[in-house]
Amino acid sequence: MDHRPQQWGRPRDDVYGAYDASYMQNNGPNQHTQQPIVTGTSVVAIKFKDGVVIAADNLASYGSLARFTNVKRLRTFAGTSVVGFGGDVSDMQYLDRHLNELAIDEAYTSEAGHTLNGRNLHKYLSKLLYHRRSKFDPLWNHLLVAGLDEDDKPFLAAADLLGTTFTSPSLATGFGSVLAQPIMRRYAPDEESAAKLTKEEAVDIIKECMKVLFYRDARSMDEYSIAVVTKEGVELKENEKLEKQSWAFADRIKGYGTQTV
Amino acid sequence: MAMFSQNPVLNGPNYSFAEVPRDRVDGLREHRFNPYTDNGGSTLAITGADFAIVAGDTRLTSGYSINTRYAPKVFKIGGTNSNQSDATLLLSVVGYAADGEALKERLDAVCKMYRYRHNKPMSVNACAKRLSTILYQKRFFPYYVHAILAGLDEEGKGAVYSYDPVGSYEREQCRAAGAAASLIMPFLDNQVNFKNQYQPGSGEGHALAEREKAPLPREEVEILVKDAFDSAVERHIEVGDGLQMMIITSSGIEEKLLPLKKD
Amino acid sequence: MFRNNYDNDSVTFSPQGRIFQVEYAAEAVKQGSVVVGLTSKTHAVLVAIKRNAEELSSYQKKLFEVDEHVGLAIAGLTSDARVLSNFMKQQCLSQRLTYDRPMPIETLVSMIGDKAQLNTQHYGKRPYGVGLLIAGVDETGPHLFEFQPSGMTQEMVACAIGARSQMARTYLEKNADNFNDCGREELIRHGLRALKETLVQDRELTVDNTSVGVVGFKETGKKALEFFKVHDGAEVKEWINSVEEDADAGGETAAEEGGAAAEGMQVDE
Repeated sequence: MDHRPQQWGRPRDDVYGAYDASYMQNNGPNQHTQQPIVTGTSVVAIKFKDGVVIAADNLASYGSLARFTNVKRLRTFAGTSVVGFGGDVSDMQYLDRHLNELAIDEAYTSEAGHTLNGRNLHKYLSKLLYHRRSKFDPLWNHLLVAGLDEDDKPFLAAADLLGTTFTSPSLATGFGSVLAQPIMRRYAPDEESAAKLTKEEAVDIIKECMKVLFYRDARSMDEYSIAVVTKEGVELKENEKLEKQSWAFADRIKGYGTQTV
Repeated sequence: MAMFSQNPVLNGPNYSFAEVPRDRVDGLREHRFNPYTDNGGSTLAITGADFAIVAGDTRLTSGYSINTRYAPKVFKIGGTNSNQSDATLLLSVVGYAADGEALKERLDAVCKMYRYRHNKPMSVNACAKRLSTILYQKRFFPYYVHAILAGLDEEGKGAVYSYDPVGSYEREQCRAAGAAASLIMPFLDNQVNFKNQYQPGSGEGHALAEREKAPLPREEVEILVKDAFDSAVERHIEVGDGLQMMIITSSGIEEKLLPLKKD
Repeated sequence: MFRNNYDNDSVTFSPQGRIFQVEYAAEAVKQGSVVVGLTSKTHAVLVAIKRNAEELSSYQKKLFEVDEHVGLAIAGLTSDARVLSNFMKQQCLSQRLTYDRPMPIETLVSMIGDKAQLNTQHYGKRPYGVGLLIAGVDETGPHLFEFQPSGMTQEMVACAIGARSQMARTYLEKNADNFNDCGREELIRHGLRALKETLVQDRELTVDNTSVGVVGFKETGKKALEFFKVHDGAEVKEWINSVEEDADAGGETAAEEGGAAAEGMQVDE
């Protein structure tokens, strides 16, 4: 063993092999992102009578490895909107820092009254994403923005790494678009029916979606963040546990489920 | 490609056996970000003697998923204010939605600056030329859209200009674009330009006389548009949900929203 | 003969701490014909006297639309004003493109303030020879800002700049308390009366020399905008007539106000 202080905390060469120092210097050309590395899975959101409910689990995966289990993928903006991030976590953290800056700038440039609302924020983020894709240096995220528009009506919109944008009474990214979206559309097929939902109903629908996602999305987990955005502000809970959920039945399953012995 | 949509059904699981990094001793493995996608949908435009109609469905897709049932593809262009109440032109874009949005905003900004400088709205033929140059400026990284511009020309007649993604353009009587263009266009050829319609009993071979061309009245065109989309919805999975119709006449622009099948 | 050694450029202070080039630019504003701006709870109004260089020439434009919710009035060099107006137009467009929102008035004004200030601190540059009144409406309500070539900007309840504008300011100060609750028409009339105060003896407001710009909310408490619009010619006839009538009707009050204005004149000198 080598006990010199400069070796403290370093992987042992005899176990892991010599460290490849070429990773430390970037002699080569700067590379743009070609693929996401550490990723978050679905974000789901639905509008209701006086706001939007949005949720995402707290897992960040490295490929199929559940790498970080306490990563918060919802972030509030100016106390009035929530952005939910799917996709690359480092790009999410970059956007988070960028949004902090934007919020501070905005708070300083005008003395009172002007804040970017949900619609403004979504437009800005989608422009940023489109700009980066046009530079062939995309931010590898699929975002949902939940907030209110200029008339204090619920606002929900998506933007992805290509700059594609859309709004709908309910939205989901990633696996959620196939697993959660059909559930949500059952309750809110159009704007009119979304405008009839109460907050409690909307929260229940989202929780139901999170449960289905946990059961069927292998890159998900049972701890999640959920936020309710209304005129009164943002109500964000970051350490919710999935209720009435259990994998206990899995013990009894053999093979593909049809096997009995 | 497989990674960006994050949608396993479309692209396979994010990390499947097919995508386990392979060691290739020979040659380089190319791995590139694809900046384009196709968001489906279809549009069409038809001119009349004193009007033009531009229509599009409102579905926005990625792969087999419907992103939203209401994403308009037809836009008013060149008004002086944000609600475009005094706009004189219509633009429809179909293909890659983000490029379509960017193109629309750029053309609208051009028209707004034109109004500010010249104190009059841009004519449809001037705007048509400008749109062509905007598209061609990105010849080597094109806006991946099929655009159609419509308005009333200086004589008050309906005008439709259609474009390819790099700016080739042409004034036409009618044009269908997008996912179901190949389904709708032959129908329009027959019903608007009376292609393959002949005068009964006019003879055979060279003696066969074509049906005389005449611009259609507005009511008839509106029915034609609805029929075209109803048929397209039946046969194309990327078309459906809603039909947005914009009618431009000398008294302004009228918008109609009709339901289409949501399946 | 006296020769001022400290006015060759805008980067040199005089020993008294003055920057003469900037002060001269402020003089250029006083050469321009008068413009008046005033605000109520629901509206911001700009009124202006247009001048024609000679009998056969057209009248110089004084009011400009910047965006649907902002307009401006100019006093001084028109060509300099156009540079600023174009800049503001571009900024408003880009604000809509990047945030999908109307430019907040305060932000817009501070942008031209910064732009003008640069010209007062760089060798070889010249300050803008124009003063502006910027009227607009945003989510915090109607606003009126004054802009000076020095880069100074400030929010005003009512303001007048340009030739003989002191007379108008005196009128505005006297009536300032009433503006807040004024309706649209009444606010415009106050503006025109203030404008009338500045006229020399045999001059009067006509449909040719008067411009009125209005922006505001359609209804109190509602967000629906009445877009900024410049009214010229026949459109201002009714308003001009209505302020003429009340001058004829209340001869005494008119005389009183005239007296006050004369006092104001003396203060100015």
